[in-house]
Amino acid sequence: MKFDTQAGPNPIDRLKVVGHATDRIDGKYKTTGTAPYAYERHDVAPDAAYGYVLGSSIAKGRVRSIDTASARQAPGVIAIVTTLDTPRVERGVMNVAYLFGGDVIQHYHQAVAVVVAETFEQARAASFLVKVDYAPEAGVFDLAAAAKDAEPVPADSGEGSGGSGEERVGDFEAAFAQAPVTLDASYRTADESHAMMEPHATVAAWDGEKVTLWTSNQMIGWGHGSLAKMLNLPKDKVRLDAPYVGGGFGGKLFVRADAVLAALAAKAAGRPVKVALTRPLIANNTTHRPATIQRVRIGATQDGTITAIAHESTSGNLPDGDPETAVNQTKFLYAGKNRLTAMKLARLDLPEGNAMRAPGEAPGLAVLEVAMDEMAEKLGLDPVEFRIRNDTQVVPTKPDLRFSQRDLVGCLKLGVERFGWAKRNPKPGQVRDGQWLVGLGMAAAFRDNMVMKSGARVRLDASGTVTVETDMTDIGTGSYTIIAQTAAEMMGVPLNRVVVRLGDSDFPVSSGSGGQFGANSSTAGVYAACVKLRESIAQKLGFNATDAVFEDGEVRAGNRAIPLAQAAAEGELVAEDTIEFGDFSKTQQVSTFGAHFVEVAVDVYTAEVRVRRMLAVCAAGRILNPKSARSQVIGGMVMGTGAALMEELAVDTKRGFFANHDLAGYEVPVHADIQHQEVIFLDETDPMSSPMKAKGVGELGISGIAAAVANAIYNATGIRVRDYPITLDKLIDRMPDAA
Amino acid sequence: MKSFTYERPGSPAEAAAAVARTPEAKFIAGGTNLLDLMKLQIETPRHLVDVNGLGLDTVEPTEEGGLRIGALVRNTDLAAHPRVRTDYGVLARALLAGASGQLRNKATTAGNLLQRTRCPYFYDTAQACNKRQPGSGCSALDGVSRQLAVIGGSEACIATHPGDMAVAMRVLDATVETIDAAGAARTIPIAEFHRLPGDEPSRDTNLEPGELITAVMLPKPVAGTHIYRKVRDRASYAYALVSVAAILGKDGSGHVAFGGVAHKPWRVEAAETDLPKGAKAVTEQVFAGAKPTHENAYKLKLAERTLGAALNQARA
Amino acid sequence: MVGATATAAPTRTDEPVLATVTFTVNGQRRELELDTRTSLLDAAREHLHLTGSKKGCDHGQCGACTMIVDGRRINACLTLAIMHQGAEITTIEGLGQPDHLHPMQAAFVKHDGYQCGYCTPGQICSGVAVLEEIKAGIPSHVTADLEATPQVTEAEIRERMSGNICRCGAYSNIVEAMTEVAGARA
Repeated sequence: MKFDTQAGPNPIDRLKVVGHATDRIDGKYKTTGTAPYAYERHDVAPDAAYGYVLGSSIAKGRVRSIDTASARQAPGVIAIVTTLDTPRVERGVMNVAYLFGGDVIQHYHQAVAVVVAETFEQARAASFLVKVDYAPEAGVFDLAAAAKDAEPVPADSGEGSGGSGEERVGDFEAAFAQAPVTLDASYRTADESHAMMEPHATVAAWDGEKVTLWTSNQMIGWGHGSLAKMLNLPKDKVRLDAPYVGGGFGGKLFVRADAVLAALAAKAAGRPVKVALTRPLIANNTTHRPATIQRVRIGATQDGTITAIAHESTSGNLPDGDPETAVNQTKFLYAGKNRLTAMKLARLDLPEGNAMRAPGEAPGLAVLEVAMDEMAEKLGLDPVEFRIRNDTQVVPTKPDLRFSQRDLVGCLKLGVERFGWAKRNPKPGQVRDGQWLVGLGMAAAFRDNMVMKSGARVRLDASGTVTVETDMTDIGTGSYTIIAQTAAEMMGVPLNRVVVRLGDSDFPVSSGSGGQFGANSSTAGVYAACVKLRESIAQKLGFNATDAVFEDGEVRAGNRAIPLAQAAAEGELVAEDTIEFGDFSKTQQVSTFGAHFVEVAVDVYTAEVRVRRMLAVCAAGRILNPKSARSQVIGGMVMGTGAALMEELAVDTKRGFFANHDLAGYEVPVHADIQHQEVIFLDETDPMSSPMKAKGVGELGISGIAAAVANAIYNATGIRVRDYPITLDKLIDRMPDAA
Repeated sequence: MKSFTYERPGSPAEAAAAVARTPEAKFIAGGTNLLDLMKLQIETPRHLVDVNGLGLDTVEPTEEGGLRIGALVRNTDLAAHPRVRTDYGVLARALLAGASGQLRNKATTAGNLLQRTRCPYFYDTAQACNKRQPGSGCSALDGVSRQLAVIGGSEACIATHPGDMAVAMRVLDATVETIDAAGAARTIPIAEFHRLPGDEPSRDTNLEPGELITAVMLPKPVAGTHIYRKVRDRASYAYALVSVAAILGKDGSGHVAFGGVAHKPWRVEAAETDLPKGAKAVTEQVFAGAKPTHENAYKLKLAERTLGAALNQARA
Repeated sequence: MVGATATAAPTRTDEPVLATVTFTVNGQRRELELDTRTSLLDAAREHLHLTGSKKGCDHGQCGACTMIVDGRRINACLTLAIMHQGAEITTIEGLGQPDHLHPMQAAFVKHDGYQCGYCTPGQICSGVAVLEEIKAGIPSHVTADLEATPQVTEAEIRERMSGNICRCGAYSNIVEAMTEVAGARA
């Protein structure tokens, strides 16, 4: 099905199942520990041996030699595959660093060997006997130092909101020079780790020349093609299966070393092998959100009309790597006639920077929305009012391009009311509650709505059960449930008559999970397949497909009503289709909007920051399942709170690695950091987005929240920190006298 | 983790003898730090002597009016003990500020005293660390040091003792009871239990090889407000950036020890007479001669202000 | 030496040392011969094929492996299986099954107290044990008065659950689920 015209009325609009806050259909498996994750597939690979990965102990250079003699003699060892035994493995989709093979070390903890043994304990012990001789080389590890040599980024580079490099509208410099009120401030965001709870893991089993990988991956279609290329196999000789994925956040968009090494090791061992990256390896072996240095300049008239806005960002990456597209939202969010956005990229020899939840917008809004707060203060305007004054219904860089829907103002106004924003004292550092300085902050949220081609297959059997098969993944996003809701709505059956099978590369290729495109795109693909199935059912039962109503387990038209199951009485009916989004989708700008409101308390003695309240108001099209969608939003808010307050991969700029490479060193929020969270969804449908009229919410929640926290800290203390995370050491010297 | 043999001795003396006679042997109690380190081959014992089941798991009153805490009393149980809650609040508070519920359920009194530093270079076996591998150097000195020691360190090591419990025990003037392989008991004042790194940072404590902790003795309770103020980046389940263990009167007089700042719980008794004058008067003395790195100099100001918070709480 | 778990004379080789341990897992008596190095977590996941308990970090830094052993929740990754001779062990599989959910499991489903599901078994085991800990009067870091009996409050739940990391950020919902099970008002 081509999505080439605005969606009209369709069966989803009935909202008998879709749009309801349904419990997740996979909940009873996840809560009982019976949902199988990649490393746990005793059912399909009962004789799997254990692979243990050894990471490079240098950040850059070459491997001179690897001595495996004593490791091979160690008890239980079946095979050892080293990077020197293996020609450099081709990179898969989105890979920047090479994952394995050859003698070149591009980053710390790059995989240099996998030791396979009968037991995990034996593989781990033997891995310590592998002796690697390195020829280290000097590298560049300090973004601040490398920034002066950073190169401008050419247009159309990078991920995020379809980013480009430098972009100009009007004459920024002249307008900024003339503006009566200006801000020129620089900011820093930190390297961050996805830190999903399930480590990257794969079980690989060869059957002759065909390999199956039970793996943990967000994008089965990409992974399938990538692994075929990496293993030099035709695609029909590779199968991936990922029915459950224990979190990804962008860290599992692509094939990582666990999958490559499991496949190579299983071949070498002559039996299935399972490999999980150990936690201390993950931060440096895999990818991270790159740190940025950003500069924002805003010029405005006295009444708060922005006349000039510039946002520049510098980040670093390995050769062939992309920038963190932190300036992109600035092209969309606020009006202003004279504009400049630009990115620079420094070459670093740190581990690979790549997509992490809301790439671009998360660190970009963390800065832009603090700059807006600073500017509002200079103007003597309420920060909400300042944003409302600069709202726009067209894309500021392309005035002919309208937003399909944009109710940022509605989000802001509702948030003001529900949060009690009026109670905020605009003068910072004034509100004291015992030992705490209390402050309120807000920020706008923006995340572009991407769509991806997505396929599905739908089956109807004689029992009336509808089965959906798609390689879509559920990484916590609720895919199982919203896909079931979509099929139930389309086929007119209750939710419990729908079976959903996900994550298998034998199923039709879906959008996968990423960029908050998964929910809308994958359900639209299921919609398309259901339309086809409805046609064949109607034909089978002698209905005209356009007249037939699918409802209550029956197909009805006129005064005829036939049980749905009867269509499959003589045999299962199967339909498959793919939703494709063409140029039509680009005729309007489809984006998601929101507003974050935060209350923090800062300990007047120690400068410890504690978030007390959080509210997000979101405008994101039709909400397919308010329960799982709300969870996505609060989850994003938690991760963004981490970015605001504690998350930072600590760079050893001398040795070239992230030193705090475990979950004790890299702190993410815990229960005690997060109080009750409120989320309000505006009642919207966006017919420009897809037949589902839905948009993404998975990344909207993290977009802007860090700035709301930072602004609240400023309101509480009067201290503006422009360097994330805002840990107490950055406040303590400027805290007021406590007594 | 290297393979190891395992035994469960019948008595503390037997346990001490077993470790003394067996090369590369170690005691294991809660195991929450030892196994963590064994997985990374930072610790590589070839024989484990499991001391769980030796008794040593009760809290008893002493004739002097204090408490005798068995070495194997779990952190949870010690914190929940009525006498500890009533008379040694600083200790209960310190225990409850540490780790997580799961870890406190396993971790023991003796094991907690023996937990090793969380310095990132100690934990990464590819990096130079004099504590882990004597003579290899100290990567922390010019590396990531935000969490590390500001005082009492050396050119060889700026690791911190990561615990909370020991800081409270330091302010309580606890003593550690041990038994050696010959069955001889001795007591070590808590002040002398942990070492400064000097040029031998591989040794965290003054225990002799094979010496087994059997108990920790607390003297009779000290009156005053018992405070354990732990400052960390997140609200729970994190190591201290700075902590203050204090027993303070309404006028501010009392005793104070600091955690998260040195290779051992840090206390300068001579400075305590100035507590009524306020935090700064005390921390200027306590941290005289401090040598922070550019990343952890904030700890000095933080220690002062955290003590200020404790004094404020005591005066309230 | 005592007990079935005592092993032979110390060895200098790298050969695994095997030991036998017997314990009760989810009401069933299990006997295993294991490499002494085997964690309780790996004994469950790799030997008993009870994969509900998760390995998120293997270093006591995440809580995904939480089991209830002899009535107390612990990190199963940081304890050796052979140290649990005679123990009573409850894993997530022992609390309930998909068609017979434990009230805590049902409350997690109702309140969407999970997303990817990987930390979830640990959260639930911890959650069940936390309510018992409060009932038993064990204080926490946020208990205002150490001499008073702790109550089931949101603050108490949040502090006590902090050893279970959820990167999907379901904390707010988990607290609601636990509060409901505790029968307390939010």
